[in-house]
Amino acid sequence: MHRLHPGETLEAGLELDLDDTLRYAGGLLAVTDRRLLARLPGQAGWREWPYQAGLRLTHADHAGVGSLELLDAAGRLACWRFTLGRDPAALRLTAAFERQLARHLSGQPAESPRTEEELCLKCGAALDTEGACPVCARESDAPPSPRALLRLGRFARPYRWPLFWGFMLTLASTAAAMVPPYLTMPLMDDVLIPYQNGQPINVHQVALLLGGLLIASVLAWGLSWAKTYILSLVAEHIGSDLRTTTFEHLMGLSLEYYGGKRTGDLMARIGSESDRICLFLSLHVLDFATDMLMIAMTAAILFSINPWLALVTLLPLPFIAWMIQKVRNRLRAGFEKADRIWSEISNVLADTIPGIRVVKAFAQERREARRFRAANAINLTVNDRVNRVWSLFSPTVTLLTEIGLLVVWAFGIWLVSENQITVGVLTAFIAYISRFYTRLDSMSRIVSTTQRAAASAKRLFDILDHTSSVPEPASPIRLPAVQGRIELSEVAFRYGSRPVLRGVDLAIAPGEMIGLVGHSGSGKTTLVNLICRFYDVTEGAIRLDGIDIRQLALAGYRRNIGLVLQEPFLFFGTVADNIAYGKPDASREEIVAAARAAHAHEFILRLPHGYDSLVGERGQGLSGGERQRISIARALLIDPRILILDEATSSVDTETEKEIQTALDNLVRGRTTIAIAHRLSTLRKANRLVVMERGCIVETGSHDELMASEGAYWRLYQAQARNIDEETESNTAPLRVEHKPRGQ
Amino acid sequence: MGIDFQLARDAFGRLTLTAADGTVHQGVAPVRAFPIAAPGEGIALVGADGHEAGWIERLDALPPAQRQLLEEALAEREFMPEIRRLHSVSSFATPSTWRVDTDRGETNLVLRGEEFIRRLGPSWLLIEDSHGIHFLVRDLAALDTTSRRLLDRFL
Repeated sequence: MHRLHPGETLEAGLELDLDDTLRYAGGLLAVTDRRLLARLPGQAGWREWPYQAGLRLTHADHAGVGSLELLDAAGRLACWRFTLGRDPAALRLTAAFERQLARHLSGQPAESPRTEEELCLKCGAALDTEGACPVCARESDAPPSPRALLRLGRFARPYRWPLFWGFMLTLASTAAAMVPPYLTMPLMDDVLIPYQNGQPINVHQVALLLGGLLIASVLAWGLSWAKTYILSLVAEHIGSDLRTTTFEHLMGLSLEYYGGKRTGDLMARIGSESDRICLFLSLHVLDFATDMLMIAMTAAILFSINPWLALVTLLPLPFIAWMIQKVRNRLRAGFEKADRIWSEISNVLADTIPGIRVVKAFAQERREARRFRAANAINLTVNDRVNRVWSLFSPTVTLLTEIGLLVVWAFGIWLVSENQITVGVLTAFIAYISRFYTRLDSMSRIVSTTQRAAASAKRLFDILDHTSSVPEPASPIRLPAVQGRIELSEVAFRYGSRPVLRGVDLAIAPGEMIGLVGHSGSGKTTLVNLICRFYDVTEGAIRLDGIDIRQLALAGYRRNIGLVLQEPFLFFGTVADNIAYGKPDASREEIVAAARAAHAHEFILRLPHGYDSLVGERGQGLSGGERQRISIARALLIDPRILILDEATSSVDTETEKEIQTALDNLVRGRTTIAIAHRLSTLRKANRLVVMERGCIVETGSHDELMASEGAYWRLYQAQARNIDEETESNTAPLRVEHKPRGQ
Repeated sequence: MGIDFQLARDAFGRLTLTAADGTVHQGVAPVRAFPIAAPGEGIALVGADGHEAGWIERLDALPPAQRQLLEEALAEREFMPEIRRLHSVSSFATPSTWRVDTDRGETNLVLRGEEFIRRLGPSWLLIEDSHGIHFLVRDLAALDTTSRRLLDRFL
């Protein structure tokens, strides 16, 4: 940079992309070892601030815009803004500024910013063992390759031998189908026309020709049966592989992905789209390949008989190909759109049916019906538009076919009259090309089916191309026996552009129980999600026994975590299956022991089929407390070193809470536990309480310490104590409410 | 309707609210309650502690000086570029990089998936880019043909 003085070194730089009024404009901000330099966006001049006492650089962001403010004791000196893509650079700049300022003020040389681990140059996150940055690797903006269908090749590779044989059979059956029209030539020229000219029919020759026709037809039938069978089988297998792979991939994606998707859309993609591709492969591709072979063979035969007539016959082909090309793009866009609208319709279903109680309670059935009708209407308009193009397309192809035939007839008759060809040759030509042209017509359908299948493939590959935002490390560190020490250092997390956590530092000793308290929205659940690695931290690191959890194999890491949620989810299956969900090979003794410890054993025995009773969406109804105890048993069974209780007791009444609490006490014993609770009373066993407010930890300490300091925890506690008083009051006089006179 | 508090800007560039009873809130931030549906109505002044310190029913009911101050403060905070024109898209499959003209100048945005385009009303679209910036298309029909055709492929 030409602005630097001799001997001055550049420490950090930030390219600004917004000006004061938040318009896009380029600028530059630089930290050197002597001063802070800035070129304002849209302006030519530079400003500079040499280091001096009282100077501060603060960093903030809001709604996708980051800002840096330079302040001194008297007021704001300058303010710069940038989009969040440059946030890592801005944070590095701030750090460099603070280092240089401190060095300048103290006269000591600045310490190196590198700590014991290597940091990414682009974003400052810890590198993995490979030296690659886990944060930058996932942010790839490259569009996927547009030839989605060709990518199905990956799924076809395991079936290359059946595919090869299928292709050979196709070749043979198409060749067999070429024979009959060829035999019409001698039938016409050597039998029928001589007969018309007064010669007797050669019965032996006729029998030979007709026999040939029959054999060719039977052969074509057999071969075509074999090829269709083999290829449909392969297509079905490919379709099934595709479905399984997509689902497996989907299971591997992070919660962030599920947050942005709707259930109906995902279900449609995996279900119907893979089916459409399967159909396309087994029917349309097969037909198309056969047709192409047929065209090639027909062309070869026609040219060998009479090149001129062949040329005239094939003339309309490029024209039709051009027309197909022309319609292709319009159709593809239309079909993609139709698919998306279809997803929209299933989204309405997926929204309304699970929420039916709310819909009915607020008497909004009509409104939902209207919403469905609207989605349907859009579906209709889109399909109407597609059909308008499509309906014109087919008849045009037929018309061209007819015109082509007309040309062949005219040219053929002229050639016959010139004695260049025999009537038999003309008949053979007509027989060949009338097949040929009907195939062209059906081939033109491949345009739409290909487009549909390509759209389906694209939507499936959209899922497959999505790399998990919680990536599996390339070379995971093997986790030795886990102690359960968790350290969070400078953890920050941003959801979209919204910062949720900032500068969270927390060390949890093995076996310690931490209670996380704070208002809803203070970031408690996010913190727990980060510890489970459902999401990755935006900045900072979480370490288990000193190892960054991003360097551990995901499944291996999570096996050490037991999670009990506010709304326990039971899968359809038996009680025993549900308890053994995290350890499917658990013995019956283990399951019963876990259920006993979770105080679930007795109520399970009261169910009609004991541990074999069906529960879940379509099974036995269980109360909230019972479901919770099953999920506690589930967590107990895997014997995790780390236990996370996310509002485990908040959805049940106080009586049930007591039962669950004793079950939980069994669970907590000896494990590193992080418990979130709204009711502070449930955290009485916690060694330490951590109070969170707006994404930061504001207080840490035991109940008594925190009460003594009269801070945020004390306020929370007071507020709850008041609530409980009010609750008991209203409980003692419930009738008053019911007897309230109407009409008020 | 007037307001019963005074706004001023201090040397640190922060907005200071002085309520009728004399309480001073430093560093309040104006937040529109309906930034898209009704930007001129319902503006809350949120204090540094996250609590609402004041409420303005209508922006145009304010005295001019106060209003200008508020509008400046809003302009500093709000960033929702309005797409005026789509120049090009890198691909019709996502992620796709778009070259767009906005009311705040020309820029690139990366669309991560079609679901990041949300329909807010009959003709409004909200497009979230990979960095969480929301781009607004206020009137789909008012865009030129090229932009509409490009956009249509994603809707």
